[in-house]
Amino acid sequence: MLEAFENGADGVMVIGCLEGDCHYVSGNIRARARVKRVYSILEKIGIGAERIRMYNLSAGEGAKFAAFANEFVDTIIELGPSPVNTMRARKTAKAPQEETT
Amino acid sequence: MITGTPKPIEEILEMLEPYDNIVVAGCHGCVTVCRVGGQKEVEVLSSTLRLARETAGKDINIKEVSLERQCDPEYVETMRPYVEDYQAVLSIACGAGIQFLAEKFAKTPLLPGINTGFLGVTERQGEWSERCQGCGDCVLHLTGGICPITRCAKQLLHGPCGGSTAGVCEIDKDVQCGWQLIIDRLKSLDQMDNYAKLKPYKGWNASRDGGPRRIIREDMV
Repeated sequence: MLEAFENGADGVMVIGCLEGDCHYVSGNIRARARVKRVYSILEKIGIGAERIRMYNLSAGEGAKFAAFANEFVDTIIELGPSPVNTMRARKTAKAPQEETT
Repeated sequence: MITGTPKPIEEILEMLEPYDNIVVAGCHGCVTVCRVGGQKEVEVLSSTLRLARETAGKDINIKEVSLERQCDPEYVETMRPYVEDYQAVLSIACGAGIQFLAEKFAKTPLLPGINTGFLGVTERQGEWSERCQGCGDCVLHLTGGICPITRCAKQLLHGPCGGSTAGVCEIDKDVQCGWQLIIDRLKSLDQMDNYAKLKPYKGWNASRDGGPRRIIREDMV
């Protein structure tokens, strides 16, 4: 999850099976606990917990998946680029100026 | 196993303030089992640090390593070829491992990424509890395999105190009285005669009272 942010993601959606309906029994419950840990990390380092969200869906709920994806993308567009990407963009914008001076 | 808990990220970031080129070193021993200092935690912590520092406009270069054990010289030595290429090592091994790295690498500052806890067991995934204080003079054969030094808040050796009520210790309603556990166990083993045995004062010189301890096995050195 954190690697996705390092690689430039502005937000990360995690999809797990419906609770009580996971092939790995409690895999989705554990995944949710891991996601909560990442909420806390993102909050503490200034990226913001709202940039990661976990949804529970079955493999047959394509329309619901699309609705969740659209909803999350809208949220991220509203939030704008992650602070890491903002900083990277600033650096890139600065670099050519430095070369010309 | 030796247990531990991660240090708050704010504290680690403060420690790392003067550095921009570090090693994050994990250990495949106890801290891997209690999910605080293994390879996976090295990756999570390094990623967190890079993101935090990049967001703050102060990038950091991190070499991620995980030794078989940080408390054994042969594994520690594998870091020697490159350790001086970095300004500091942030270790997420137990306090013993961190100190051993510091002893071996005289010119490199060593920083602790975790708070080392206790000698304990896994109750269930994500929950550990203390069982041994390493007092150096084991009495488990007399106490039904339950340690009074660890399980009794007062480290009593001759039975429960007045703070024991219905099997619960007065210090916390979630802490069972160690001596109640011992007596119940002795009864079930039909070993209550052990409870009646007069025991001499415990010698604490084998514990921490004698300063840092050392074990020398003549048959092995």
